[in-house]
Amino acid sequence: MTVRIGVVVFPGSNRDIDAVNALEVAGAEPVVLWHEDVSLDGVAGVLVPGGFAYGDYLRAGVIARFSPIVRALVGFAADGGLVLGICNGFQVLTEAHLLPGALLRNRGLRFVSREIAIAPERLDTPFTSAIPERRPLRMPVAHGEGAYFADDATLDALEANGQVLFRYVDPLTGERAGGEDDRANPNGSLRAIAGVTNAAGNVAGLMPHPETAVEAVLGSDDGLGIVASFVASAAARERAGGPALVTTTR
Amino acid sequence: MTIAEPPTAVEEPLHRRLGVTDDELEAIRDRLGGRDPNELELAMFSVMWSEHCSYKSSRPLLRTLPTGSEADGVVAGPGENAGVISIGDGLAVAFKIESHNHPSAVEPTQGAATGVGGILRDIFTMGARPIAVLDALRFGDPADARTRHLVDGVVKGVGGYGNCVGVPTIGGELVFDPSYQGNPLVNVMAIGLLEEADLTRAAAPGVGNLVVLFGSTTGRDGIGGASVLASATFADADPAKRPSVQVGETSDRGPAGASPRSSVSSKRPSVQVGDPFNEKLLIEASLELIRGGLVAGLQDLGAGGITCATSETADRAGTGMRIELAAIPRREPAMEPFEVMISESQERMLAIVEPDRWEAVRAVCERWGLPVAVIGRVTGDGDVTIVGDEGTELARIPASALTSDAIVHDRVAAPPVRRRAAPAPGVPDVASDGLPERGMDPGAVLVALLGSANLASRRAIFEQYDSTVQANTVEGPGHGAAVVRIKGTTMALVASTDANQAVGALDPWLGAALSVAEATRNVAITGARPLGVTNCLNYGDPTRPEAFWQLTEGVRGLADACRALGLPVTGGNVSLYNESSSGAIAPTPEIGVVGLLEDVSTLVRPGWRGAGDRILLVGEATPGLAGSAYAELAGLAAEDGPPSLDLERERAIQAFVREAAVRGMLASAQDVSGGGLAVSLAECCLWADRDRGLGAFVRLPVASSPAVDLFGESPSRLVVSAAPRHVPALVLLARQHGLPIEEIGEVGITGLGTGTEAEDGDAPLPRLVVELHGSGATGAAEDRGSRVADALIVGLDELRHASETGLSRALGWETR
Repeated sequence: MTVRIGVVVFPGSNRDIDAVNALEVAGAEPVVLWHEDVSLDGVAGVLVPGGFAYGDYLRAGVIARFSPIVRALVGFAADGGLVLGICNGFQVLTEAHLLPGALLRNRGLRFVSREIAIAPERLDTPFTSAIPERRPLRMPVAHGEGAYFADDATLDALEANGQVLFRYVDPLTGERAGGEDDRANPNGSLRAIAGVTNAAGNVAGLMPHPETAVEAVLGSDDGLGIVASFVASAAARERAGGPALVTTTR
Repeated sequence: MTIAEPPTAVEEPLHRRLGVTDDELEAIRDRLGGRDPNELELAMFSVMWSEHCSYKSSRPLLRTLPTGSEADGVVAGPGENAGVISIGDGLAVAFKIESHNHPSAVEPTQGAATGVGGILRDIFTMGARPIAVLDALRFGDPADARTRHLVDGVVKGVGGYGNCVGVPTIGGELVFDPSYQGNPLVNVMAIGLLEEADLTRAAAPGVGNLVVLFGSTTGRDGIGGASVLASATFADADPAKRPSVQVGETSDRGPAGASPRSSVSSKRPSVQVGDPFNEKLLIEASLELIRGGLVAGLQDLGAGGITCATSETADRAGTGMRIELAAIPRREPAMEPFEVMISESQERMLAIVEPDRWEAVRAVCERWGLPVAVIGRVTGDGDVTIVGDEGTELARIPASALTSDAIVHDRVAAPPVRRRAAPAPGVPDVASDGLPERGMDPGAVLVALLGSANLASRRAIFEQYDSTVQANTVEGPGHGAAVVRIKGTTMALVASTDANQAVGALDPWLGAALSVAEATRNVAITGARPLGVTNCLNYGDPTRPEAFWQLTEGVRGLADACRALGLPVTGGNVSLYNESSSGAIAPTPEIGVVGLLEDVSTLVRPGWRGAGDRILLVGEATPGLAGSAYAELAGLAAEDGPPSLDLERERAIQAFVREAAVRGMLASAQDVSGGGLAVSLAECCLWADRDRGLGAFVRLPVASSPAVDLFGESPSRLVVSAAPRHVPALVLLARQHGLPIEEIGEVGITGLGTGTEAEDGDAPLPRLVVELHGSGATGAAEDRGSRVADALIVGLDELRHASETGLSRALGWETR
């Protein structure tokens, strides 16, 4: 039986289209979860997609955190359920305090839409386990508020705990991107952080769009490894009928 | 207006202050059975009979365009909100281009944003999900502070709206030309995909059906916005004809806008304000209503607001409509009837609903959080009737009088006595194939062209637009035509927008025909079959005989080119009065083309694919540098005339390249356009290998002048590359199509072996080398007075730097 993965749809979500497509390509059954739903419909994992939830006029993700579905999501995550937030979904998860840090306005102050490269910091997480090797993964970014920010102590702790999931890298050399003056770091994220997990390792977020880079015809299928990892981990967790199998503290 | 100017002694009559002429008032009386319109009716007529809504100057011309038939797959053509063409598998594509020039000139961010919003509504009103936007932008001098303000605002508007609403911006244009200094052009094209079964008409059938308004509430924003703004020139001194451009005050301090009389004299901004979040909800709700079979007709509210939507849907179905004014949800108190009726508040839709479907319609709208209300019923009397609070009839106008039977003016067209602009002071007036400086290296000219404001990479702009959302983008902005795949099929849609205003200023027929040729060629070189043409005709004041002549010639050029290429014109928009105190814009027929690629895996791109491939030139250069980027760079007066266009040759070259692409013979294909062959070759080099670049060595035969062959922009030419084994078949195929073809070079080799090799055995730096030979390029070029040397040698790094930094430099942006 194919694994059922929830895709949260807020008014203003727009990469839900991409998320549904990616989950189908990865062999999962996408289940749309409406923002007013109070139940997650028994899905094995939840993807919070990109877009502009509730218009994002105040600050990205700030209103979405109060929606019924996010309240349900908090409980799901506390039980060890796998949650992946992409772009606006990442912003929503940080606003809901399911993930550390914050996403600030891009340092260049302009919306940035282009292909970048990220590399996984580790391959033993539920979100990277199907990626065969550490190499630059090409995929688009498209956001105005994507500069990852946390204070130094938090950043140090994230690195020490292995919670940094992805960093922006040079697409050719794979070297970690520099600061805001480096084109490889599209938004000026601190320490070139593109994605993080929570301490328990079952909730992850990233700004780039792996769910849009899942077919060669779209210019890259490098994102499929991330989506496939998430789907496989959710399926494994469902089979085990319990909390997340993977612990990430090292 | 200066303080010294005396106040107007006698106030103009109301109709004139609303932009209705005395003749038009007489025509209104005719359509009302001889009676005078009341103030509300006059306000409704004034917006519906505006140039923008009525096409009163252009309608007779537009009837001459080929509109296609079922044989072309056309299932909806001009007159509908968007053209719709069937593409097989039960699918159809809806597309249209529209202008938002005048609102963008006044308030660039909101003007451009609502331009995107309006064209998207035209698409999903037909039952299609919008899948792509292309924006064609034109501004004045990029060094000018006002231009920079406009560019910044328009880009913010296009991006802010498109990004939020979740429709990728996949292409478009950005052109600078002095003629747009006071009057920028913002033309936006949208493309949608629909199941043919979901095709929805903007008509109001069924007497007794409910008239339902959903989406945003109605406010005072955009009173007479697009309709009035777009129907007068910015140079117009008469404040009554353009009440809307005096932005600055945000509220009406007068006696609460008691009538059109007082509001017209107010200085309320009439640019509408867009809300992309609401638009996104509107898209989802509308498509859900259509797929659920819940609506009998659907129309978006744009220019002319409720007046336009009610009269157009009624007129299309031959019905009437009775509207209860009090039932219209508002966002402001104490709105006057005329304000409600002509408000252009954004993100609203009008649905015609059978009474037993109303509850279901309401449920869908409420689920999406959208206000929804029954505002009236469809009637059989053919009139749009507006009813006030106690059932009093406030207005009654035949629906047709506002739309299909609106006034048509016979404008006078006259060519200018002198068709060419006089050389500006200080500009050399000698015909020449020269360069800015005698003896200048053609490589330096190429670098200058590639770094010029009009030819440099647009990356700094389009990277601010989400080009990948919806996971369909195969080829986004920056490399010629844009490509989106159709999920679940092998098919892809290929789109391009083009307009040649530089040639249009010299010869409006040729400018329009070239625009069609260029846009369709851009689509054809990918291997796609152009399906149809949408157009946005941007011209000057039609009451000026010369401007109307330009429009007439432009429409003739559009029609001639579309007939020659066998393409239907499925709709579009006319934008007149594009003039400012500095004069009229160059005639700008913006052409949008959508093509169908049956198998996306056969897509041919413009960049070289691999070293060792042979480079071939198809077609031949013809003389004429006027209107070219080279002439502009060189500061040459338009002395020699633009190059000619042979439409039969154009048809043949497009047929050839499509066949070669489908048969898998081509490694790459690029056309020759702005900047000429040299720029095309440079782009092929730079765009190769995912923009990492591949050099090329070319030996170019020169018949007459190196400037013409390298930098001339004569049409109907292609640069293609192919594996050596395909070359004989390619040559044969070209000959079968009656086309000149010549192998001129090879990809990836460095040629002459002088100059730029790196030291210490590293691979030589890639570069573009073009050796000139033949009768026009003997070593005696200098002796003949030519200022172009005999070889062009430029490193790709230098070309790339010029291309990547040119636009930011022109606009004074810091580069990153």
